[in-house]
Amino acid sequence: MRRFRDEGGETITVALAGNPNVGKSTVFNALTGLHMHTGNWAGKTVSNEQGRCVYNGKEYILVDIPGTYSLLTCSEDERVAEEFLESGEADAVVCVCDATCLERNLNLVLQITEITDKVVVCINLMDEARKKGIEINTSLISERLGVPVVGATARSKKGVFEILSAVDEVILSGGAKAPQYGEEIEAAIEKLLPQSGKRHTAVEYLIGQREATAEIFKIKEELAEKGLTEEKIRDLVAETLVHTAESVCSGAISYKKEKSDERDRTLDKIFAGKWTAFPIMLLLLAGVFWITVVGANYPSEILGKWLFALEGPLYSALSALGLSDFFCRMLSEGMYRTLAWVVSVMLPPMAIFFPLFTLLEDFGYLPRVAFNLDRAFKGCNACGKQGLTMCMGLGCNAVGVTGCRIINSPRERLIAMLTNCFVPCNGRFPALVAIITMFLVPSDGAGGSLLGALVLALLIVFGVMMTFLVSKLLSATVLSGVPSSFTLELPPYRTPQFGTVIVRSVLDRTLFVLGRAVSVAAPTGIVIWLLANIPAGDASALSQVAAFLDPLGKFIGLDGVIILGFILGISANEIVLPIIFMSYMASGSLAEIGSLTALREVFLQNGWTVITAVNTLVFFLLHWPCATTLLSVKKETGSLRWTFAAFLIPTLTGFFTCFIIYSVSKLFLG
Amino acid sequence: MKTRICLGVKLTKTMNDMAIGEVGLVAGMTYTGALRRRLQDIGICEGTEVRCVQRSPLGDPTAFFIRGAVIAIRKEDLRGILIE
Repeated sequence: MRRFRDEGGETITVALAGNPNVGKSTVFNALTGLHMHTGNWAGKTVSNEQGRCVYNGKEYILVDIPGTYSLLTCSEDERVAEEFLESGEADAVVCVCDATCLERNLNLVLQITEITDKVVVCINLMDEARKKGIEINTSLISERLGVPVVGATARSKKGVFEILSAVDEVILSGGAKAPQYGEEIEAAIEKLLPQSGKRHTAVEYLIGQREATAEIFKIKEELAEKGLTEEKIRDLVAETLVHTAESVCSGAISYKKEKSDERDRTLDKIFAGKWTAFPIMLLLLAGVFWITVVGANYPSEILGKWLFALEGPLYSALSALGLSDFFCRMLSEGMYRTLAWVVSVMLPPMAIFFPLFTLLEDFGYLPRVAFNLDRAFKGCNACGKQGLTMCMGLGCNAVGVTGCRIINSPRERLIAMLTNCFVPCNGRFPALVAIITMFLVPSDGAGGSLLGALVLALLIVFGVMMTFLVSKLLSATVLSGVPSSFTLELPPYRTPQFGTVIVRSVLDRTLFVLGRAVSVAAPTGIVIWLLANIPAGDASALSQVAAFLDPLGKFIGLDGVIILGFILGISANEIVLPIIFMSYMASGSLAEIGSLTALREVFLQNGWTVITAVNTLVFFLLHWPCATTLLSVKKETGSLRWTFAAFLIPTLTGFFTCFIIYSVSKLFLG
Repeated sequence: MKTRICLGVKLTKTMNDMAIGEVGLVAGMTYTGALRRRLQDIGICEGTEVRCVQRSPLGDPTAFFIRGAVIAIRKEDLRGILIE
């Protein structure tokens, strides 16, 4: 775990705990000014995030820990939270709660009070509660719990700094009242305290969450003789927590509306309804793609015109510096052109899709996708939460892999990780759009973009089907086992803050893509150019490599250059298409560059047919994950074997599928 | 388990038998171990009021309103939560 910067005694470390999905990260962002990615579904934060905040002359270090329902039964990602809280590194703990669901949230608050009495309760989402007619008497709750209670709406930064004042208060005089479990258990806890130090640890011993020493075992036996077996104690603890939370809230929360969740239920009937759920999913997917395609069109054109026009002047400027022709061309034709490509063709779609995706996330739609698809996942012996990680993969596969921590069972987690890249990430997305536009839809006209969006949506559906297929295969062979039980929370829908999300997301994505363009695309562009312009025997090194890979490529309906593009694209998927283009260009004649029509010409000149396009699309979906994703798999599994599997499984699937498509096409089309 | 009347004795009803919109009180759970604890974590224990709100389009899981939150649970797991 990362060590904190110790700036000498004056720093106050505050842990931000809470149930999943209560807006902890929003509170964190509001206090630290950082812009961590938030989203409206459980499991968004899966590791500890740190941030700094200065308030009233004091410095606070905030640690946003993953959301957890309880500290007594932890899944893998919740363990991270528990460990941090028990480590004592935090001077105080702020437990963030959802105002619309306070009673359930108090379960965790009460458990935390057994670890430390320096607790502040922050009741977030007060605006949502008000909309639902829920009113909370925070002073009454504060009295009953013995800790300060701050009401807040982190989204609008209301009440967040009061949290820090409450933290100061509580550090001086913590007064949390821990829940009481009845005479006998309390007596046992007393006996255990010298060894365990904290109530929470004592409780963990009693319920069997922690390995008992011989002495502790004796105490447990004494209790068992009185009829309080481990199982009974667990029940008692759980029930006490539930009833204590109930009594804290009774009379302190008033509901002005009879059914406070009416709006959510109506929306659920639409998004998860029997006849509407799947059509809407498809429509939403197609709609998001359509907006991306149409929205990216104009910026791509403009950027293309400007950037490609600068290539000539760049060459002139470089040669004026006295650099050799070879060197100048390497930098302008090789490096700069690839850069220009990535920025003009890849950047606009990525910068538009991500904000749209984030808006859907914030809205709360993603858990409904998991809810709708769970039965299918159950049929593959996988976990329904794989639906969520699959959605994450649409943004970035590395994030999807890390997000698999929300899946409890290691077997199911592995299945989810190994199949995550069947859903194309942000980086592959523009290439898919480009190829579909060039080869699969009639050119020009608005109908083109609509059709293109639909084809893309269908392609994603294909990817999802492959996910199911391979998951089923995996769970029937290498990763077999019984489906575990799981619970999925469907959080209330929240109106996304359109302005903030769009602006921040576009900026984020643009910077990210530009950064990657410079660090990955530019060097690769140089490599390609060098390969193409350094003679090796009769022809350039590039054509030698391409020729070498050609038989393999042709076998599955592609060619050597395409395979090379994918190989080099392991560093970043967004450079695959630029690499293919650059490679063709290097051994071909110069045509007008910067438009898809010109690109299509180049491809056709190099032997592309519709089948090549289809196979390339399929291979885009079904090939090895990018380096970042593979690294994530290695980090999450700790196993080279599974990382290799993560490389091999999609690759084999891709080769196999492309081969079938190619063979069938040859059969029917000759 | 389905609600049946057999020889005049009503057999137990479970959360799996609830219809959309129906409200019930949890009477107990047949599970032991990890699943029991997980369900307790989300607030299901004796006396908890649960309301059935939505079924997934493919038939499973089903979402319930439990102590202010909506949680979806699979059929097999619902069969062990008794309702009165």
